[in-house]
Amino acid sequence: MSFSWARQYEPKNGFTQWMDERLPLPRLVYNAVGAGYPVPRNLNYMWNFGVLAGFFLVLQIITGVVLAMHYASDATVAFAKVEHIMRDVNWGWLMRYAHANGASFFFIVIYMHIFRGFFYSSYKAPREMIWLLGVVIFLLMMATAFMGYVLPWGQMSFWGAKVITGLFGAIPLVGEPLQVWLLGGFAPDDAALNRFFSLHFLLPFVIAGVVIMHIWALHIPGSSNPTGVEVKQESDTVPFHPYYTAKDGFGLGVILILFAIMVFFLPNALGHPDNYIEANPLSTPAHIVPEWYFWPFYAILRAFTVDFLFIPAKLMGVIAMFGSILIWFILPWLDRSPVRSGHYRPLFRKFFWFGLIPAMVVLFICGGAPAEEPYVMLSQLATAYYFLHFLVIIPIIGQIEKPKPLPYSITEAVLGSDKKAVKGENATPAV
Amino acid sequence: MIRILAILGGLFFAVASLWAFGLGAFTAATTTTEKPAEYAFHEEWTGPEDGFSFDGIVGNWDRQQLQRGYQVYKEVCAACHSLNYVAFRNLADLGYNDAEVKAEAASWTVPGIDPNTGEAVGRPGLPTDNFPSPYANNVAAAAANNNAIPPDLSLMTKARKNGSDYVYSLLVGYGSPDPEKLAKYPEFETPDGLYFNKYFPNVNIAMAPPLNTGQVIYADGTEATISQMSEDVAAFLSWTAEPTMVKRKQTGWPVLGFLLFATILAWFAKKQVWSSVKPRKDD
Repeated sequence: MSFSWARQYEPKNGFTQWMDERLPLPRLVYNAVGAGYPVPRNLNYMWNFGVLAGFFLVLQIITGVVLAMHYASDATVAFAKVEHIMRDVNWGWLMRYAHANGASFFFIVIYMHIFRGFFYSSYKAPREMIWLLGVVIFLLMMATAFMGYVLPWGQMSFWGAKVITGLFGAIPLVGEPLQVWLLGGFAPDDAALNRFFSLHFLLPFVIAGVVIMHIWALHIPGSSNPTGVEVKQESDTVPFHPYYTAKDGFGLGVILILFAIMVFFLPNALGHPDNYIEANPLSTPAHIVPEWYFWPFYAILRAFTVDFLFIPAKLMGVIAMFGSILIWFILPWLDRSPVRSGHYRPLFRKFFWFGLIPAMVVLFICGGAPAEEPYVMLSQLATAYYFLHFLVIIPIIGQIEKPKPLPYSITEAVLGSDKKAVKGENATPAV
Repeated sequence: MIRILAILGGLFFAVASLWAFGLGAFTAATTTTEKPAEYAFHEEWTGPEDGFSFDGIVGNWDRQQLQRGYQVYKEVCAACHSLNYVAFRNLADLGYNDAEVKAEAASWTVPGIDPNTGEAVGRPGLPTDNFPSPYANNVAAAAANNNAIPPDLSLMTKARKNGSDYVYSLLVGYGSPDPEKLAKYPEFETPDGLYFNKYFPNVNIAMAPPLNTGQVIYADGTEATISQMSEDVAAFLSWTAEPTMVKRKQTGWPVLGFLLFATILAWFAKKQVWSSVKPRKDD
């Protein structure tokens, strides 16, 4: 694991020596995110989002645990309990707004992280396992966020739960019993609310476990970088600490400023007003929409408005919605281009910026819009492109594209020539 | 092999969604869907002309206005609408002292239990009590209001888009439909038992116009016009929806200041750390 020139942990005093022989936890940290982890020297700010995602996971767990101390998952009191947190719990409003907006920011940084992976093809060998674990984390996050949104037991909580669990009803033969089994009844009620609360508390710790594997897998080949050229020599890398701890510290400051603006000045801007109305099974909201981070996938679900061959429209939508993420699992084997970075792939880059990104924007807008024209037709076009992009275009351009010449090494990309690197210049970081 | 299967799968999904697109486009081209007449009469709510004192990032409550709004709620709205999530003790936020809060609480009758017989009785409210509901239950509320249950008002301004503006606009929005639009949609009429209000989503609302000029007599001498009362009660309901709103904004400034300072420090720290490995300009 890691490179031959990675610095070794040396316990400095009696206590750390004693610790190192019994529980080498400081050594683990030193090798994972300390000076013992050599990282490519040319990472840009797109490489900040992994650390930021970790930060928001921890923030969600801390605020969530505090909120759980004041909440009750009983359908008759859940809504009032949330208002109790907002009004009577000391700083409860801050905890709840930080948790609700923290979920949005978690998704923002995760989407940036995934975007980075797509553009720089971070999923390619030897990093497939990191990518697969990342997709698992994303799916777990979606499940956790969905169940968390149900807990305040507002109108959108209830009707969102009803729509999403209703999707399972589209599965042939077992659909209806499966839906009843998942909800513990025919419609969302106490049984569903209780199990969603239980799972919403559990899943973040499962995510934390998969995150550990994600980082473990990352430390085998080391981080990728914007050129996509693998590390060849010591001058290609700098130690994670202090170089990337300093850079991540700045990135964290920027995202926290944006986060504070949302929490303190626009705390409900990303939510839906209907969720401040208590759940009422007898009154359906005019437009049922999920949280913004689900809009692209919700648009894919609703794009299938007619039966296709022998497949009912609803089932087709469900297959496409889940499929739209599941296809990411085979992406490392679909993209056979030997070049990683989008910077050196002219054809890939065109389809990325002028195909995939506009399609995602259209899906995002259509997912949040009511199911009317022209949104439905636009989402159908974008859905078609989405699947063509990953399943047809990416495999084909991998074969036909002529990539631009790559730099020999990361050092050459940064300094213009390998010879300019001073041997061992990075071994002693300036402090 | 996996790529061939993927290409087939991709074509399958693309053809299915384009098939739906084709049929949808055909339907859209051959049929015209007319929106119901209500859409033509509905108008987007805008709120009072000068806005509210608590608007914006440095806004603050106008306590005089909140007290006036509370008076409107107590004397008008409370006949039909509950305020379940607000307690009398919260009225201290409006500028009342302890004795005034106690007196105010005692002026309401809340459900209690006779200490001798255990029977359900009404008793004067205490600061720790929440505002009582005007109806014993939803069935009674529906029965008394032509089957339309008056909603709880605690969270009304958060439960609508731009809710403070919505409450104001709704209260001043009663009237008769625009004659020009009426000429265009001659079949439009407000059903019996409902009232026309251009700001209500489907323009026919079950609530009768609640405010008349001079309906309350303000202690501070403010003239009780419909617009004034509407603005005051909208402000009061903005407070009930989020009593911590001003504290939230006031907390935000020092937090932002600290973060800005820390981020600037982090920027210089990053520059300093990286200075030795950054390629120099003259290279």
